[in-house]
Amino acid sequence: MTQPSSHAVAPPWAMLAELTHGCPLRCPYCSNPTELVARAAELDTGEWARVFEEAAALGVVHAHLSGGEPLLRRDLVEIVGAARGAGVFTQLVTSGVGLAGRRVAELVEAGLHSVQLSVQAAEPAESDRIAGRRSFMAKELAAAAVVEAGLPLGVNVVLHRHNLDRIEDLIELGIAWGAERIELANTQFYGWGLLNREALLPTREQLSRAESIVTKYREKTGVELIWVIPDYFDGVPKPCMGGWGAISITVAPDGRVLPCPAAYDLPLDLPNVREHALSWIWEHSAAFNAYRGTAWMAEPCASCPRKELDFGGCRCQTYALTGDAAKTDPACGLSPDHHLITRLSARESVKEKPFVYRELKRPPSVVDP
Amino acid sequence: MTDWRPALSRSAMLRHCPVRQAELLIVPERIVVLNDEAAEIVGLCDGKRTVAEIVAEFPVEAGEDVTEFLDRVHAEGWLQ
Ligand code: SF4
Ligand code: SF4
Repeated sequence: MTQPSSHAVAPPWAMLAELTHGCPLRCPYCSNPTELVARAAELDTGEWARVFEEAAALGVVHAHLSGGEPLLRRDLVEIVGAARGAGVFTQLVTSGVGLAGRRVAELVEAGLHSVQLSVQAAEPAESDRIAGRRSFMAKELAAAAVVEAGLPLGVNVVLHRHNLDRIEDLIELGIAWGAERIELANTQFYGWGLLNREALLPTREQLSRAESIVTKYREKTGVELIWVIPDYFDGVPKPCMGGWGAISITVAPDGRVLPCPAAYDLPLDLPNVREHALSWIWEHSAAFNAYRGTAWMAEPCASCPRKELDFGGCRCQTYALTGDAAKTDPACGLSPDHHLITRLSARESVKEKPFVYRELKRPPSVVDP
Repeated sequence: MTDWRPALSRSAMLRHCPVRQAELLIVPERIVVLNDEAAEIVGLCDGKRTVAEIVAEFPVEAGEDVTEFLDRVHAEGWLQ
């Protein structure tokens, strides 16, 4: 008997639910697309509940409830309840603004499992400067409320030239706030991060110093430290999240479905949960099949022994830098376009360069790589 | 450690996945697919049984493996 074709694609494990692109903060490296989704276009409570049911039936067991700032959704408690009801483990990914005591209790009651809190710097004024708004105090209170409620707390920091040199303070802060896990992720340069590349790009010395401090702390703390290296200095591309259309689904605030949260700008016809079942989107949509597996690859990836390990690198970065998403990631030393990345990382960054803060309208000043 | 009564920590969720016909242990940044024996052990971690009582549910020769497994999962922070 032949398998029905729908079984040819292994089911997804995880979902990133971007509940809203609205956010009180304005981080210059925000991972949201530069064209933010307007609040009026957002999926409503019932639509999100249906998305979680469909996702669970498809095999999703883990969801990040993210944004923007998911706490801006007044129906967040209902959404958490719907995810929980579908049997999905939920982690709230938040800036902490608006996570006061009562809200935490309601979310726990609804079945929230875990919280990941972002912090911009260990020093309050510097954190507020990077975030583009006063918010450090709210984060501190949020951390305390989460720990008090007995939920596991993860602290997430996006690293760049303005905070890398104080990485020990950031680790100490996470420990003091009661985090079980501290994720130290170096900025990626697409979307808002690319607009601010000159202001954010660290030096190689900054990175290696920070890395050795992380290694040192690993020996003296039981807190899990996750160090996400950048891919622009060593000629080694980062694997595309376990492969395109292999592990995870991203759902945008307006119901568009993406194989990766950075894929908004790719020339793909993005399917929408308002028009299609999630199972059809995962298995049959052109967007999810575009770079699935390894058959789409050209040289040098096609005959490279590493192709099942890194999947040719990041499609989104490749498109942003070369204009062709199907090429080898320029971060790879074997790519004929590798000079694009070395040129980016070699160009002196400009310390005084002002941030282009995240805004609803795309700013006019686009950095030309 | 002898009076430890293992229970799943707040950050961990044990569930059966009907799509994959598998027992899963889900934590904030990870999903662990448990084999049958591991799932059985974790299933017994209800905060009431002691380690000795959990071990007693398995054949004598498996005893060491069970305690080792419990210690490992404890070290990961998934049991408390
Ligand atoms: S990165 Fe900053 S601006 Fe973007 S969603 Fe997160 S907190 Fe808001
Ligand atoms: S050539 Fe392609 S598959 Fe090989 S290491 Fe580079 S990006 Fe990875």
